[in-house]
Amino acid sequence: MSMLSGQRRRAPAPSLKASPQRLQFRAADAGLAFRISGVEAEATAEGALWIASARLLVVSDLHLEKGSSFATRGQMLPPYDTRATLQRLAVLIARLEPDTVVSLGDSFHDHDGPARMDAADAATLRAMTEAADWVWIEGNHDPEAPTWLGGRAMESIAFGDLVLRHEPKAGAAPGEIAGHLHPCAKVAARGRSVRARCFATDGARVVMPAFGAYTGGLNVRDAAFAPLFPDGCVALMLGRTRVYAAPSSRQTPDGA
Amino acid sequence: MAPLPEPFAGWFAARGWAPRPHQLALLERAQAGKSSLLIAPTGAGKTLAGFLPSLVDLAAMSGDSKRPHRLHTLYVSPLKALAVDVLRNLQTPAQEMGLDLRIETRTGDTPPARRQRQRAHPPDILLTTPEQLCLLIASEHARVFFEDLKAIVVDEVHALAPTKRGDLLALAMARVERWAPGYRRTGLSATVADREALVRWLSPKAEVILGPVGAKPVIEVLDTDARIPWSGHTGRHAIGDVYDAIKRARTALVFVNTRAQAEMTFQELWRVNADNLPIALHHGSLDVEQRRKVEAAMTRGLLRAVVCTSTLDLGIDWGDVDLVIQLGAPKGCSRLVQRIGRANHRLDEPSHALLVPNNRFEVLECRAAKEAVGEGALDGEMARVGGLDCLAQHVMGAACGEPFLADELYEEVVSTAPYADLTRKQFDRVVDMVATGGYALRVYDRYRRIIEDPKTKRWRARTARDAQQHRMNVGAIVEETMLTVKWLAGQAVVNRRVARGERANALRGGRPLGQIEEYFIEGLTSGDTFLFAGQILRFVALVETDVLVTRAVGEDTPKIPSYAGGKFPLSTYLADRVRRIVGNPRAWPKLPAQVREWLRLQKLRSIIPTPEQLLVETFPRAAKHYLVCYPFDGRLAHQTLGMLLTRRLERLGKKPMGFVASEYAMSVWALEPLGDVDMTALFDEDMLGDDLDAWLAESALMKRTFRTCAVIAGMIERKAPGSEKTGKQVTFSSDLIYDVLRSHEPDHVLLQAALADASAGLLDVARLGALLRRIKGSIVHKNLDRISPFAVPVMLEIGKEPVFGAAQDAILEDAEADMVAEAMRH
Repeated sequence: MSMLSGQRRRAPAPSLKASPQRLQFRAADAGLAFRISGVEAEATAEGALWIASARLLVVSDLHLEKGSSFATRGQMLPPYDTRATLQRLAVLIARLEPDTVVSLGDSFHDHDGPARMDAADAATLRAMTEAADWVWIEGNHDPEAPTWLGGRAMESIAFGDLVLRHEPKAGAAPGEIAGHLHPCAKVAARGRSVRARCFATDGARVVMPAFGAYTGGLNVRDAAFAPLFPDGCVALMLGRTRVYAAPSSRQTPDGA
Repeated sequence: MAPLPEPFAGWFAARGWAPRPHQLALLERAQAGKSSLLIAPTGAGKTLAGFLPSLVDLAAMSGDSKRPHRLHTLYVSPLKALAVDVLRNLQTPAQEMGLDLRIETRTGDTPPARRQRQRAHPPDILLTTPEQLCLLIASEHARVFFEDLKAIVVDEVHALAPTKRGDLLALAMARVERWAPGYRRTGLSATVADREALVRWLSPKAEVILGPVGAKPVIEVLDTDARIPWSGHTGRHAIGDVYDAIKRARTALVFVNTRAQAEMTFQELWRVNADNLPIALHHGSLDVEQRRKVEAAMTRGLLRAVVCTSTLDLGIDWGDVDLVIQLGAPKGCSRLVQRIGRANHRLDEPSHALLVPNNRFEVLECRAAKEAVGEGALDGEMARVGGLDCLAQHVMGAACGEPFLADELYEEVVSTAPYADLTRKQFDRVVDMVATGGYALRVYDRYRRIIEDPKTKRWRARTARDAQQHRMNVGAIVEETMLTVKWLAGQAVVNRRVARGERANALRGGRPLGQIEEYFIEGLTSGDTFLFAGQILRFVALVETDVLVTRAVGEDTPKIPSYAGGKFPLSTYLADRVRRIVGNPRAWPKLPAQVREWLRLQKLRSIIPTPEQLLVETFPRAAKHYLVCYPFDGRLAHQTLGMLLTRRLERLGKKPMGFVASEYAMSVWALEPLGDVDMTALFDEDMLGDDLDAWLAESALMKRTFRTCAVIAGMIERKAPGSEKTGKQVTFSSDLIYDVLRSHEPDHVLLQAALADASAGLLDVARLGALLRRIKGSIVHKNLDRISPFAVPVMLEIGKEPVFGAAQDAILEDAEADMVAEAMRH
């Protein structure tokens, strides 16, 4: 913490050309603050993105009802993933009081997910969609948003210079906030390693971590990230109570 | 005792043999339809004794040409290879006696067509594994298949009974009873400490038949001139002595405790192999093809030594072995006796064994083991309570086979020894777990895997797909995730691929070398060198599930040291004996001079605890403060102890930084002095309450145990080969499921099952509990001004401990520091 706040005092003005080497971070109220294409955003330890200037909270890949989706195929995973995910989200909403909440696609694990939801969970979700302007972005797992649970459905949405969509576009996309890939990073130190969910960013765009309780992750060193971050990315890794920035020089592929 | 009938009497006589008393005793009991447990050492003709009653019975029937081939005897062994070996040993006498019998094996390797045929036309004698038996009872035609069964012969009972496979086998045998009431059971076992427990497991009506007692083995502990290391498990110092012993023997088996040790030892032996002796390597991770080659060469007497792991502990007869070398401490007497039994399969001649300690504490352990075996003592196995995960699998299997009534199945289950104390409530909860997952939040009722027919009240699998899924996931062996080690494909291959338009930098694998545990590879960085398949390899990359390697040219020592500890914890019985040797200076003169000197120095600088005492030392060193204790209770129990003590010291404001556990000792270090800590309070048994509970929430070992239980119980499917990483999102992680289940339904059946397993297994809470009770009121605390001689070995292990909880964030912080440094450069 102290090192980071020390750095804040000395931080130069953000350069015009975004590059992972020039990214600046500082500790903020909600999490780790940085700029996406010039707009200040905070990455929270829960895995959400908070854009205070717009009072906008973004979460991605909730994959609600993933447990029950497996149950329909005979694997009786604990049916509490939806509850656990919504609880974490509710805590964030209560703390930050956003005007707008964007669920960045793959909100449900599959098309029938909303119909399978437990009544209590559905009520929790409805209360949240009513408390703010709630936007469902369409994902590949859930092309039809469950607007009967409240909120409005959109393919993508823009906030000033930022554009929010589910699947990141290949090639340069300044200001893009996307999900879909479930980024994870692995870093090693003192002869050991840690793998954790992360935000992947180069300062121009950001790929959000999956927020859902049962969602796994894809290593940022995987080839899928190369077209998005030709110069590599910084991984904002989710620790237990705060977010840690790991430069690309420290990221290792899985199994290495 | 009745004499042998023809053609058996004639067959024995023609060979100049006489049936042994235990063979005849077993025959007599079997002919009266009674079950027996035969306990005899290797070389006593156990297998023949087990089959003789069946052969006699079948011979009497074989005159009846109209008798269809029906399953008469089922033989179950823990190893596929053993079933194949027994087939060979059985077919010869059957043919020589002119018996018209069909004897066949059925294992995971049996082609589907043959399995199909075996179901429709069972052989007279079927040789198989517990998993195959589970599959057979989960078949719709189970009744017809087993109707005519007269006997089940279980080989190596001592190795099966105290395991999860033993739970499943006991349940399956009880189920078969429904279709073949009163069939007899014959168990074949090596000598064990608690034979009553084995009898109960086999059948409540079984009786013990004792075979002859073999000659006492001759055991030597290596007395070397070389300097015995303080710590470590490489045995490198003694390689010259081991090589000399191999040279003096006809054929030697060199047993080590882990695959990594096997690799290293093999490498070191070849380095000193001036005479080019044929020395081979055998362990479970090697390519099957390679293993078969070694086994064949061994059988043909072409090898002088084989370096091997527990894969060669059981069964198969190697013929000419005349020396067993145990490299590293044996960890338990029973395993040692079993391994020694691999040498010299003749009863009247003693087997020869050489124990080679890797370090000073192991000298004590080897000495204790030698004395124990000399006295005929064995480790007492803790009685096993059947796992609820195994029961869940059995319930599903039963529902896939002949539909069952809950009342009947419950009676059947509690008739087995592992589940004798299972309450009806527990049973019903397991049935519910199989049907719906068993969650308090009842949302999966419509996806049930098994359903109770409203009219007949019988439970059956809901859909054919549910049954199929179960059959694909049978068994209690949950493998570590394994990766394939492959040579990196050569530049020519890469060029060809580039020409085809594939990615230029794509690394591809060539010829496979074998399988390796994922967790081992996790620790490697590109360029690291390690030992595998007898060579030093350089790790290049992990591509999907392939570990790509090149030969490490010009490397003498692999960079990544082998896995530090042994796989098996020190047995309670042996630990006790080690404590007695340490605590009794009159026993010291028998020890090597270096070890004597070490003990003497310890006495001078600190104290030597009595066998009943727990010595706790505290001392400062390099700006840190250390606490070292010596319970001798095995690495697993010590690791749990370390974890819990760290939490307590944290609360006492001592700022603990880490801990390390060895087989013999445990050390914690902190920023604050530890000399003033009230040790009685620190080591109080109440740490097994809240502290344990808090730790379980994040323990990686606990999560690993949970995954095993979830797979066995059918909550998580075993991964199909190649499906691990699809390139996109990983399907789900059992760790996340554990976290969610633990916070939302902490008393779920599967969490109970996992906790029971971890307590007896990876966390060894049971052993820790016994330790804390034992030392109550007997803690001796020495506050020293510097490190003691006893503390040196465990202090040398520091730096090899795994990551837990808060330490993970420390690593992230470390990585971030780089980030800050980079930022500062601008």
